[in-house]
Amino acid sequence: MPIIEVKDLTKVFGEDPKRISALLGQGWSKDRIFNETKHTVGVNRVSFSVEPGEIFVIMGLSGSGKSTLVRLLNRLIEPTSGMIEIDGQEITRLGADQLRTVRQKKISMVFQKFALFPHRTLLENVEYGLEVQKAPKAEREPKAREALKLVGLETRADSYPDELSGGMQQRVGLARALANDPDILLMDEAFSALDPLIRKDMQDELLDLQDTMKKTIVFITHDLDEALRIGDRIALMKDGAIVQIGTPEEIMVNPASEYVERFVEDVDLSKVLTAAHVMRRPETIGIDRGARVALQLMRESGISNLFVTDRSRRLIGVLTAEDASEAARRGLPLEDIVIRDAPTVAPGVLLNELFELVGSSKVPVAVVNETGRIVGVIVRGAVLGALAGHVPGREVDGDASETTAG
Amino acid sequence: MLPKLPLDKWVDAAVDWIESSLGFVLDPIAAGIEGAVEGISYVLHLLPALAMIVLLAALAWRFMRWKMALFTLVGLFLIDNLGYWDHTMDTLALVLTSAIVSIVIGIPIGIACARSKRTQQIVTPILDFMQTMPAFVYLIPAVTFFNLGVVPGVIASVIFAVPPTIRLTNLGIRQVPADLVEAADSFGSTPAQKLVKVQLPLAVPSIMAGINQTIMLALSMVVIASLIGAQGIGADVYRAVSQIKTGKGFEAGLAIVILAIFLDRLTQHLVKGKRQADRRG
Repeated sequence: MPIIEVKDLTKVFGEDPKRISALLGQGWSKDRIFNETKHTVGVNRVSFSVEPGEIFVIMGLSGSGKSTLVRLLNRLIEPTSGMIEIDGQEITRLGADQLRTVRQKKISMVFQKFALFPHRTLLENVEYGLEVQKAPKAEREPKAREALKLVGLETRADSYPDELSGGMQQRVGLARALANDPDILLMDEAFSALDPLIRKDMQDELLDLQDTMKKTIVFITHDLDEALRIGDRIALMKDGAIVQIGTPEEIMVNPASEYVERFVEDVDLSKVLTAAHVMRRPETIGIDRGARVALQLMRESGISNLFVTDRSRRLIGVLTAEDASEAARRGLPLEDIVIRDAPTVAPGVLLNELFELVGSSKVPVAVVNETGRIVGVIVRGAVLGALAGHVPGREVDGDASETTAG
Repeated sequence: MLPKLPLDKWVDAAVDWIESSLGFVLDPIAAGIEGAVEGISYVLHLLPALAMIVLLAALAWRFMRWKMALFTLVGLFLIDNLGYWDHTMDTLALVLTSAIVSIVIGIPIGIACARSKRTQQIVTPILDFMQTMPAFVYLIPAVTFFNLGVVPGVIASVIFAVPPTIRLTNLGIRQVPADLVEAADSFGSTPAQKLVKVQLPLAVPSIMAGINQTIMLALSMVVIASLIGAQGIGADVYRAVSQIKTGKGFEAGLAIVILAIFLDRLTQHLVKGKRQADRRG
């Protein structure tokens, strides 16, 4: 059951938005509407839904309507037409009081330029949301301190915003949004004003916080790298409309249109593709088999390493051809010659985190799922191939005939 | 040729009507203003001049640099020495009353202007009118309504001095950055909460600049107010002018200048001083 459900949401700016929004239904383009009626289409019949606990990224270039869209969700901008349901509650039909209640309890917002109140201390800033709910000081102060602690600024509670760096200010912005414990966080280009290193720290911190808090986050950004890093799903916007919604992989691997393709072509694939995308089928052998069988298998498949597993395909270690032939000569069981500290990775590990491991390991790197079963093997050639754009499922124009021998 | 519009007749008729039918409103206003001026004047005369001078110098010391405290000490002592102390305090009472009335009227009107474009469109030309119409003209209906004395002086001063407070309150609130207003909205603030917790505190420097201007304009009205019988240093200037006594005129004028500088610097620094105190606290 989605927590946010948006259908045909439209915002037209101008003197007679209702009439103009009907023209969109007749297939008028944004440009034609502007040229012929002087109305600006901010958001054009957008539909999507967000599941609880999801980080839903809305991405687009400036002017694509993403900031307008996020403000429609809490009606900082009034929608022209369409429907917004949050927790089953139709937001567009709420009266002023009910809308305030939703903003106080359910949805908080983090702003691009932090928007901290300069005349209030950090603590008073973070308390603001509870203060407008008329919570007594004794109740709101501990909650505000708790929120400041979450972002690591509890010792600066009595400082003023202008005494802080940008990154710290945005932590306060985040703490302020978290203090009234909303279900949904709207983050409007929240990290865009920060310099790149701080931005990455903040992304990591957000992901850490999200692990424990499980909020539903709608995150606006114009930065594809950021979208790919933190988004569970990404909606790509152009001219006020959504052109594609999907997981980062789906968008990278199957761009829905030329626009999306152009958008993603410069992206560093190593930050998107995971071990699961580039792994090959592993050759395995049961631990109870003999060394001669192992040698035979290697010869048949033309490889120099085998993964040794137990009966339920749980990885025990890796076997090299030299060790196997040595063991075959001396009649040793596989038990004695298997290399047990073979390097392994989880399927979800990103390629850029794999480079070092794959580069330095003498034996192929096994991909092991959470139950300990081997699901694949990473070979150097496949990683490099993927970075060159040869992703399985995407267009493969060279033939990727690597073997597990690496 | 068109016949002349009987504009003067219309205005006279309106003034007559107000005087005859709104007496029940005008009388309590007059009583209130008179009481305020007398009350403030009483307080200002409570201490002997020397004690008062030291007290005001201490106030200057508290909010400003030592140079300003020294200026206050020397300046006020000079006023006392020239023999204008009592009249200066009468004038101060008149100016403070005008300023207080202006603030009480001006800030709410300024807030109303900031919240509604329509209100602003109606109020702005009225303010322009009030500031450009020669101040002497206000004296006539003020005297009609409130007779001679300090009350019409205060009324004329308020009309002349209130526009900056209204304008700068309006401007101060409108200048609060849009993202802060949006942030306040996004947390579900009511319009009143937004005003009190975000907009007004951030508009304080601008509002204080307006109040400062209002006090200066009220002070500039004291000589004009003396034409209709308001007592104080303004009356001394007026007398000097009518008797062509340059020396006396200079003395009385100097007293007004010293008072003006003191009030101007003090109101300018009240905000900054308060801010720094907050930070330290």
